[in-house]
Amino acid sequence: MRFRLEARERPSRSLVYGTPVLAVALTMACGSVLFAALGHNPLAVLHAFFIQPIDSLYGLAELTVKATPLVLCAVGLALGFRANIWNIGAEGQLTLGAIAGGGLALWAGDDAGPWLLWAMMAAGLLGGGLWAAIPAYLKTRFNANEILTSLMLTYVAILLLSYLVHGPWKDPDGYSFPQTRMFADGGMLPVLLSGTRLHLGAPIALLAALAGWFVMSRMFIGFQIKVVGLTPAAAGFAGFSVRRLTWITLLAGGAMAGLAGLFEVAGPIGQLLPSISPGYGFTAIIVAFLGRLHPLGILIAGLFIALSYLGGETVQITLGLPLAVSGVFQGMLLFFLLAADVLVRYRPRWTTTTTAGAAVAGEAD
Amino acid sequence: METLAAVLVTVIGAATPLLFAALGELVSEKSGVLNLGVEGMMLVGAVCAFAAALTTGSPAAGILAGAAAGMLTALLFGVLTLSLLANQVASGLALTIFGVGISALIGRDFVGTPLPRLPLLEIPGLSDLPVVGRLLFGHDVLVYLSIAAVPAVIWLLDRSRTGLILRAVGENHEAAHALGHSVIVVRYLAVMFGGAMAGLGGAYLSLAHTPMWAENMTAGRGWIALALVVFATWRPGRVLLGAYLFGGVTVAQLHVQGFGVDIPSQILSMLPYLATIAVLVAISADSVRVRLNAPASLGRIFHPDS
Repeated sequence: MRFRLEARERPSRSLVYGTPVLAVALTMACGSVLFAALGHNPLAVLHAFFIQPIDSLYGLAELTVKATPLVLCAVGLALGFRANIWNIGAEGQLTLGAIAGGGLALWAGDDAGPWLLWAMMAAGLLGGGLWAAIPAYLKTRFNANEILTSLMLTYVAILLLSYLVHGPWKDPDGYSFPQTRMFADGGMLPVLLSGTRLHLGAPIALLAALAGWFVMSRMFIGFQIKVVGLTPAAAGFAGFSVRRLTWITLLAGGAMAGLAGLFEVAGPIGQLLPSISPGYGFTAIIVAFLGRLHPLGILIAGLFIALSYLGGETVQITLGLPLAVSGVFQGMLLFFLLAADVLVRYRPRWTTTTTAGAAVAGEAD
Repeated sequence: METLAAVLVTVIGAATPLLFAALGELVSEKSGVLNLGVEGMMLVGAVCAFAAALTTGSPAAGILAGAAAGMLTALLFGVLTLSLLANQVASGLALTIFGVGISALIGRDFVGTPLPRLPLLEIPGLSDLPVVGRLLFGHDVLVYLSIAAVPAVIWLLDRSRTGLILRAVGENHEAAHALGHSVIVVRYLAVMFGGAMAGLGGAYLSLAHTPMWAENMTAGRGWIALALVVFATWRPGRVLLGAYLFGGVTVAQLHVQGFGVDIPSQILSMLPYLATIAVLVAISADSVRVRLNAPASLGRIFHPDS
């Protein structure tokens, strides 16, 4: 008996959408075993992880607060991933967006007009986009690998933020804590539902996902992105410029990550701190894959991964488990998803070397 | 002179984890597998080495545990990309995210626990020589092992039959398959070697460089190791040079302020990352040179039917 994978004639449509569900189920099963091994009742952990955080209106609002940056980053990243452009520095682009928009809020002071918030959003888009323009330039001009450059720039961005809040932008009345002044009311996102932290960023993230869907499925540029990703040779014959697509996807991804960063500091946080994101930019990579690189799938995946953040916080408070449990869950989920994805393109077969069928299959090798 | 020697000793400390991880990744990439999970494998190696050394009290057990843990995490990556034909870029990222999480979970009871440093191998007489004594003869076993691994890898890749097959698999997997070599087995072995070396790099961090465990203590070294492989255009000798160069940059930022230069520490900490980008640009701009040395099948999925 030998296990082999047989290529399907065409990818299975039903499994494209079935594998994320399978991956979630396998992650929960494996997570239960892990928690049982750590000496916890798996059902209690799963309840605390997936149900308890969203059993109230406040919890549901928190879910969208966490999902907003994830969805914004992931929709932008997915554009690039579709074209085989691997921007993994969304965390840095998010940080630069927060620095640009937050800096504007600090500069404008307390009595700025209603233009301030819109100007901050523009600054956030610009900051993230400019940070992503660096890997785009280095890739198109010098052929430098964007995976490594965008990641290195993430560390630079986080250090830059740390420098600013420890140094020139530090709040003079802040008892020497590394933080800036709080933004004025005009520089804060309006809360949409009183009693919760649900802010204007959530509907904008929803709009961004819809816009992403429109670009990918209804516009010529979306078609070009898909062709370049699937068959680079065909894209070359059709005269699509990979250089141009590299610029567009990186700039779009960076700008959306920058906007996500601005929403964090102008929404839940309200000032600049040394750490403004629990790794949203990295986790967005998982969200993009879990959502099948499809903007609407990313909406669902973003909500689910946001739940894993809330769940991590809940089990930390109620069961004393470390916050890193979220990362374990997210990593496992991506593993199972990637593993299950083999079923989309291949059919598993057990073959015995003595049967005629296997001999025929062997000739086809 | 003594100060210079002391600085050079710290350069060795900063370079050793990079050297281990980059050499391992080089072998993996030579077989055609791009494993972006170096950071995750280093972290799992670091935490397992620390846990084993602390609970058994034996540094040797720590080193072995680090290598074994790195190898196991690499095996996970191998199953995904080699047996289940998953995308190597995405799987590598998953390995890093998973490694960060699982190492923090394993290490949650060890944060802040001190551990005696990995013993230095003193050679009576030689280690006491002025200047060169401490520089050449006063290190721990992992430092020597990392340096000895360079000629070993050169011999393996350039002089041995195994290396010839490994390079053939990395250059053209269809041809190697047609010649009867098992592409998948060769790649599994190369990936696991890469994992063991990354685990040793992590073990050096948690047993010797800073003998303790802290969440995310690799701080991007795994990614710098990946850049080093490109920097070295897939040549082990140049990996050695690159690792010490980068170790030097890392240490330089600590000493610049000592010389009265008033630059904020965060700006100086950016140096290794900016240097990585600069080097990457310098190397990649010459596309002919990259193409001549890069394994032609790097990152491509092998399936015997297709």
